[in-house]
Amino acid sequence: MTITPIDQAYRANGTSGRRPVLEARGLTKYFPVHLRRGGRQVVHAVEDATLALPESGITAVVGESGSGKSTLARLLAQLITPTSGAVLLDGAPAPTRRRYARQVQLVLQDPFSSLNPVHNVRYHLARPLRMHGLASRERRRGSTGPDGSDLDRRIADLLDRVALTPADQFADKYPHELSGGQRQRVAIARALAVRPRVLLADEPVSMLDVSIRLGVLNLLGALRDRDGLSILYVTHDIASARYLADVIAVMYAGQVIESGPAAQVTDAPAHPYTQLLLSAAPDPDRAQPPSLAGRGAPPNLIRPPSGCRFHPRCPHAMTVCAAERPAAIEVAPGHSSACWLHTPGLTPAQSRPLPGTRGPGGPGGSGGSGRDTDNEALRAPGPTPGTQGPGEEK
Amino acid sequence: MSAPGRGEVLIEVSGLCVDYGLGEGAVHAVVGADLALRRGEVFGLAGESGSGKSTLAYAITRLLRAPGVITAGQARFGASVNLLTAGPRQLRGLRWNEIAVVLQSSMNALNPVLSIGSQFSDVLRAHRPGMSRAERQARSGELLQMVGIPADRLRSYPHELSGGMRQRVMIATALALDPSVVILDEPTTALDVVTQREILSELTALRDRLGFAVLFISHDLSLLVEIADSIAVMYAGRLVERASAKAIFRAPRHPYSLGLLSSFPSLHGPRVAMEGIPGAPADLRNAPPGCTFHPRCRYAFDRCRTDAPPLLELDGGSRAAACWLQDGSMAAPGELARAEDVPVPAECGPTGGRP
Repeated sequence: MTITPIDQAYRANGTSGRRPVLEARGLTKYFPVHLRRGGRQVVHAVEDATLALPESGITAVVGESGSGKSTLARLLAQLITPTSGAVLLDGAPAPTRRRYARQVQLVLQDPFSSLNPVHNVRYHLARPLRMHGLASRERRRGSTGPDGSDLDRRIADLLDRVALTPADQFADKYPHELSGGQRQRVAIARALAVRPRVLLADEPVSMLDVSIRLGVLNLLGALRDRDGLSILYVTHDIASARYLADVIAVMYAGQVIESGPAAQVTDAPAHPYTQLLLSAAPDPDRAQPPSLAGRGAPPNLIRPPSGCRFHPRCPHAMTVCAAERPAAIEVAPGHSSACWLHTPGLTPAQSRPLPGTRGPGGPGGSGGSGRDTDNEALRAPGPTPGTQGPGEEK
Repeated sequence: MSAPGRGEVLIEVSGLCVDYGLGEGAVHAVVGADLALRRGEVFGLAGESGSGKSTLAYAITRLLRAPGVITAGQARFGASVNLLTAGPRQLRGLRWNEIAVVLQSSMNALNPVLSIGSQFSDVLRAHRPGMSRAERQARSGELLQMVGIPADRLRSYPHELSGGMRQRVMIATALALDPSVVILDEPTTALDVVTQREILSELTALRDRLGFAVLFISHDLSLLVEIADSIAVMYAGRLVERASAKAIFRAPRHPYSLGLLSSFPSLHGPRVAMEGIPGAPADLRNAPPGCTFHPRCRYAFDRCRTDAPPLLELDGGSRAAACWLQDGSMAAPGELARAEDVPVPAECGPTGGRP
């Protein structure tokens, strides 16, 4: 596919003219698996993902587990090599490993396992500085401030940037002495040590306590606003994506199925899967219990469904959906969605409701291997599911 | 959903204290908890990790293991049974028959080498010795269908089921003997939001049909507001607020509940900057004096630093909050004194453009 929906999204979002720092062009990753029956197969983890991260912007990738969002982050970090497609840094193929790592850094989900328990904070921050030759080696223990060594000053700086102050008090602490939020801040400081331009954050707050999540999210927002960082925010929580990101890309079964300005994707979701996701999200503003806009579980990615991968669960599935993968279509400026419903002029044969899916034909269907239940079909045909709460406008 | 207080009290807990360890070094995991669970009600217990919400549930079901010790308080089931002094025989009669528990991680709760069907039969054979093999088989199939799984799945092993189906199986086994109370400890935390929603709507439908009471433990207050009838919020081992779900959402009375509610970004309305709660959850080994929340509370004053506030009954006993701002000696700040029937303003934090 040649459409780069995210580029268009940025234009609409007022970040136009900004060249993307990091780009994914048609990234595809298949992982080989060996099955007892069936021999060698591949898991279609990410397929044809195109994404562009602009300077000073946060792009959220939202999806359920198994949607390929973390694989996409690892592909962008060049921890794994793509099956096909390219990662472009400033429009050029990515440079060697070390030079790439200076520009693009990854922050992992679990700060309880991503920090080494036998080393203190100072060690974690000094290592990238030394390895990349950003600070001189010699240091005097316990000395900070203007008369401390270069390294100590740098470390104090980093801790200051992630709001772990007073810095000299935190530098000598070990991971077990820190709370989850503080640990994640150390992990972010470590990523910032090489002064990268892109931060890839893979579920950075999902392991943290609810009351401290916003603090870390706000820190990411400040890094965007203050330091102009380009940030990829991978999450399963669409409400936090709406809060933090400028652009949301929704992934389903390895493919980016909708992308656009954050508030627009959540307020007027175009793709039936995004509608399903929003109808299932916790929302205290909701007046009545939600009616799910679809059911079931994501498909088996070893043998993904034909055509649109969402069609076995889609309440609007048509004949064409099972036959052909839909292209991304711009539904509003900068907002695109890959769904046949947006294509005008389908023939009656193409737009016939698909038998054996969640269409008006009712429950049933044997295609999806992971289908959970066969209860009565719950459908919400309207374009925006989820009732609007009373307290939303001020 | 139904109004709270519609049924008789099934479980009543008062002044319950649970420590981990003994003597000086003991950690006070639950301090003076009071709550009442009524028939047909979904009671939400909200709190962060380490707030004591699971410990409280384990204590009242007597599943607490050493070094956990119940040091004070009462827990009654119905009018006659004292849960804290019940002997093994009495507990065996209660567990599963009257009080069933569903744990967070269904992967660990199901035996991986036994089929789903034989795990159902185990329960029925142990607790309903009179049942014939065919009856057990029929009942197992019926239970599976109740949670939306075809009965032929009885032959499946846990690894052949998705996470959502395994959690449904756990719920079905819990309902096997028609208990009057089901305790769910973070039942959907490990699941995707669509599966979570499906399970929750099945659960509330079953509750409406079978009339059991649910104690629903979760860290996700925004979810509890949607599904629970009443909610108790815990912080550092104490119940800090108890009210109906609507009242907590629309008119929280404790600064911690208010902070938790403003920690969940909304799916509607203008995007406004939110603050969450400053600081980190209290360390129980080193709990602050006075009100345990005071180091993180923006309303804290002198008294909060020295005296721990009791759970004060408010609005004629329909709700309660443990906060000195609510004892009537002074006017509470506006955001902690909202009327319950007025919709909430969009956000309580300072407003701004981008967060």
